[in-house]
Amino acid sequence: MIETTTKNEAAVRQEELLGIDNLNVSFHTRRGVVKAVRNLRLNIKEGETLALVGESGCGKSVTAHAITRLVPMPPGVIESGIIRFRGTDLLKLPDKEMRALRGSKISMIFQEPMTSLNPVFTVGSQIAEVFITHEKLGKKEAFAKAVELLDLVKIPDPGKRALSYPHQLSGGMRQRVMIAMSLASPEPGLMIADEPTTALDVTIQAQILQLLTELKARVGMALLLITHDMGVVAETADRVAVMYAGHKVEEAAVEELFANPRHPYTLGLLKCQPSAPSNRGANRLSSIEGSVPDLLTLKEGCPFANRCENVKKECLSSFPEITRISENHEFSCHNPVTGSGDPR
Amino acid sequence: MSNNQTNNIIEEELIPPAEPGFWKESWYQLTRNRAAMAGLIVIAIFALLAVFAPLAAPKDPLEQTISARMTAPFTDGYILGTDDLGRDLLSRIIYGGRISLIIGIVSVGISLVTGTILGMAAGYFGGWVDRIIMRIIDIMLAFPYILLTIVIVAILGPSLMNAMIAIGISQMPRYARVIRASVIAEREQDYVLAERSLGTNNVELMFRTILPNTLAPTMVQATLGVGEAILSSAGLSFLGLGAQPPTPEWGLMIASSKQFITSAWWIVTLPGLAILVTVLGFNLLGDGLRDILDPRLRD
Repeated sequence: MIETTTKNEAAVRQEELLGIDNLNVSFHTRRGVVKAVRNLRLNIKEGETLALVGESGCGKSVTAHAITRLVPMPPGVIESGIIRFRGTDLLKLPDKEMRALRGSKISMIFQEPMTSLNPVFTVGSQIAEVFITHEKLGKKEAFAKAVELLDLVKIPDPGKRALSYPHQLSGGMRQRVMIAMSLASPEPGLMIADEPTTALDVTIQAQILQLLTELKARVGMALLLITHDMGVVAETADRVAVMYAGHKVEEAAVEELFANPRHPYTLGLLKCQPSAPSNRGANRLSSIEGSVPDLLTLKEGCPFANRCENVKKECLSSFPEITRISENHEFSCHNPVTGSGDPR
Repeated sequence: MSNNQTNNIIEEELIPPAEPGFWKESWYQLTRNRAAMAGLIVIAIFALLAVFAPLAAPKDPLEQTISARMTAPFTDGYILGTDDLGRDLLSRIIYGGRISLIIGIVSVGISLVTGTILGMAAGYFGGWVDRIIMRIIDIMLAFPYILLTIVIVAILGPSLMNAMIAIGISQMPRYARVIRASVIAEREQDYVLAERSLGTNNVELMFRTILPNTLAPTMVQATLGVGEAILSSAGLSFLGLGAQPPTPEWGLMIASSKQFITSAWWIVTLPGLAILVTVLGFNLLGDGLRDILDPRLRD
């Protein structure tokens, strides 16, 4: 299904798993057009973990849904852009081929493990279903494979648990089942985890992240981790892209970003961490003043301008071009933070 | 959040004890609901009698014994007496149960299948599909139920099969509505999106993912519907639009013997009682199922 026509593309393939270029996604609502994702450029290499960070409504999830073409249409519209997956533009793929990709090469885990499983089927049969859909396996064989996967995600007594209904499992177990489901494929390429740990408590969070990292290395897939938790990012990601109001404002390797954030929003996010040094001994956590602008009324200029401490004239009139300061660090800011050093 | 300490901690979530499955749990709830259980027993008795009618009935339901016309119950070996043509009433009621249950199941089957497809399409796709289907449903609902049934029978011609089709069609709108409503609620659930993200297509999503989740309200509606279909078919037969003589159909039995209500009360009353008890059984079971299948009403 994935064709490589030229040598060039083959060369690209080795490096790049997913490449997003100039992606624009809007929602046409009664109140107007919401531009949820603007001119997004991202790429994920084979086997890499990219974290997509930002606060609610910044376009993280919409990006994930655009990759799998699950943006609800209407009201959603993918205005323009290219999403290359191993050289194929996903946005131009016929529905049938896209469906074949979902769950086999690209899979997704969702934020809410409590509601993401079908309540009327046993978890084993739900995992088996994926094998039956994509590999045309027999029922028994698929179920045996499902049990294997439950074992892989470290569910104790997998043979028995496979016969449980979702409501009989705890949140952490259900998230493990979701992960097992997304692995139900002979060669998973990309796993998109949309805030996989948000609904779980902290100890389970750590276990799930650990599991994801382990499995990623074992299966050799890439991970697009969507989160708003900088702690999660530091633990799991190779690279980080920070999004704000639909724009990618900064992207860097994880150590680089933590050590040398250039966009004031990134700096603000890092300062909000309870473990940041500026919060040590303080009575109150620092926070970014103000709130995200209404995406409906967004004008030209930097969307962060109204909250930025070092706002300048041009911030209000034009959106800053992307500045590349090194191979693995770029940002969009007219007046970047210069004082380097770990804010933590 | 330090990962190092949690690295080696093995899964410590407790495994809950294996809970009973959906059917087992529902059966348990059913045994505790006396009214529903009574309904189920009544239905079971009638169903058994219907299946084994040739064994259970003491005589041929069509055999006329002119010398024993209008024999009162419990005389001359006729447990429920005979009708105006000397046919054994008990045998006719037992065979009538066969017909009534078939009518109930077939017409509910017809409305269930058509209603499910229409309601599913309307709820799942929404938009203009929904608008067109639901306006047709609204038009059908605007006709009085029995009038609509009579009109359809009048078009198709009076016979038992046509009566079933007519009842099925006129009951269909309520199934379509019930299913559409639950589909709309289920469609937005995360598990539907999750399954879509695993490469499931629309038809599978509709009928394998969503449909099983809408079964509870549908089953309630269907159980109540069987009782109502039996009642309607009796009504149609009474009006001469359903079963034709000499079929031992309960409604027809009442219709053809109504002039004897003062002279031989049992000929009219006993088939009526049979209708009453069967329909009551289905209604009790249906009401019970509503309580049993709704988790919010469980204790």
